[in-house]
Amino acid sequence: MALIDLANPTRFLSATARVLPWLAIATAIAFAVGLYLVWSAPDDYQQGATVKIMFIHVPNAWLAMAVWAVMSIASIGTLVWRHPLADVAAKAAVPLGAAFTFLALLTGSLWGRPMWGTYWVWDARLTSVLVLFLMYLGVLALSRTVDDPSRAGRAAAILTLVGAINLPIIKFSVDWWNTLHQPASVFRASGPAIDPSILTPLLVMALAFMLLFVTLHLAAMRNEILRRRVRTMWLMQAHAAS
Amino acid sequence: MTAFLALLQRDTRLAIRIGGGALMGVLFFLIVVTLVPFAVGPDLAQLRRIGPAILWVGALLASLLTLDRLLAADHEDGSLDLLLMGTTPLELVVLTKAAAHWITSCLPLVIATPLLGLFLNLEPLAIGAVALTLLAGTPALTCIGLIGAALSVALRRGGLLLPLLVLPLTVPVLIFGVAASNAAIAGPTSFGAPFMILCALSLGSLVLGPFAAAAALRHGLE
Repeated sequence: MALIDLANPTRFLSATARVLPWLAIATAIAFAVGLYLVWSAPDDYQQGATVKIMFIHVPNAWLAMAVWAVMSIASIGTLVWRHPLADVAAKAAVPLGAAFTFLALLTGSLWGRPMWGTYWVWDARLTSVLVLFLMYLGVLALSRTVDDPSRAGRAAAILTLVGAINLPIIKFSVDWWNTLHQPASVFRASGPAIDPSILTPLLVMALAFMLLFVTLHLAAMRNEILRRRVRTMWLMQAHAAS
Repeated sequence: MTAFLALLQRDTRLAIRIGGGALMGVLFFLIVVTLVPFAVGPDLAQLRRIGPAILWVGALLASLLTLDRLLAADHEDGSLDLLLMGTTPLELVVLTKAAAHWITSCLPLVIATPLLGLFLNLEPLAIGAVALTLLAGTPALTCIGLIGAALSVALRRGGLLLPLLVLPLTVPVLIFGVAASNAAIAGPTSFGAPFMILCALSLGSLVLGPFAAAAALRHGLE
């Protein structure tokens, strides 16, 4: 039964084995180009060299949200079609999404220290990203608590979809709460409109981080499939022994 | 309808009788509210200022306390399997169980609010506002908690996991509950807008909660 389910993942494994090296190379090139552009980008006239944190921070923050979208689509696949790969995709994306969210928070905090004079402010954006991080950890904890992978996948899928409905509401209410408590004084009106000399490195870095996510996601999916095979083998071995 | 009433009656009775733990929530609420002045100091002016926030956080935590038994007790003795196999739609079943939980665990919190409000030196108007927002907001807490309870029902450490899953989702309810209470007390915004949004959150989770919980039960217990 479980072995039949693995039929499709086998094709996935052979396909990704061919694609992954190229993806890894493309990621490395994108990072090399992106970092060179960041290196040569001009410093901000107000923020100095610290503006370069932005090139790491913003792509991470974008990915933090994009990964939840990937998980939501995969969750629909899990619940509606019970596609074994969708389940694997959702599970493999969770730690990556949590890592990107954590990096967005960390770099934002390090950027905030010289800019705002404090590591943390209860700003609307920071707060909703923090809640997003907590929800990633919740999904992670849930899928690590159930033994059976397919049951764990479906439970995590329901939580992911509930989160997908709730995240805009949380974002909206945190924005509302923030304007109520303090006028938007911390975030300056995003400075001057972004200059091409800043925008180009930013977009290249975003592409690099996106490629990094795709590469790591496919690799993590392969690992997860192999892990499930090992588990099935163990179970069969234990069954045969008893 | 008969099934709804029968299940509601059964769950309410089970919760009120010995071992049901319905009043644990109120006791916990009382203890939390008693602890806060020890932490922030006995300054009455300050307590009055943060009173609505204390009451809301206390009620939120107290409503979590009994959530893990919402479905787990029925799962352990097998009656949840009977309900799953029965002809009554599972969505209605979990909605009924949520209603029974709200009546036995959250309604007592609302009733206890005026007394605890006196401890925190709140004005009668403020007490009324907090009690009203709790009345409007706790259905949302129960229905969001219902999803968490359904997801964690068959897990060995489900009770520990439940708050982790539920609490981030309750952020909007907390924000608008406290905001509406504060608006009624001090302004500057009107009481109506946040209160309406709070009611909308309750109605929305009343729809979302049973469907998500029923889906979680179907997938989790097969």
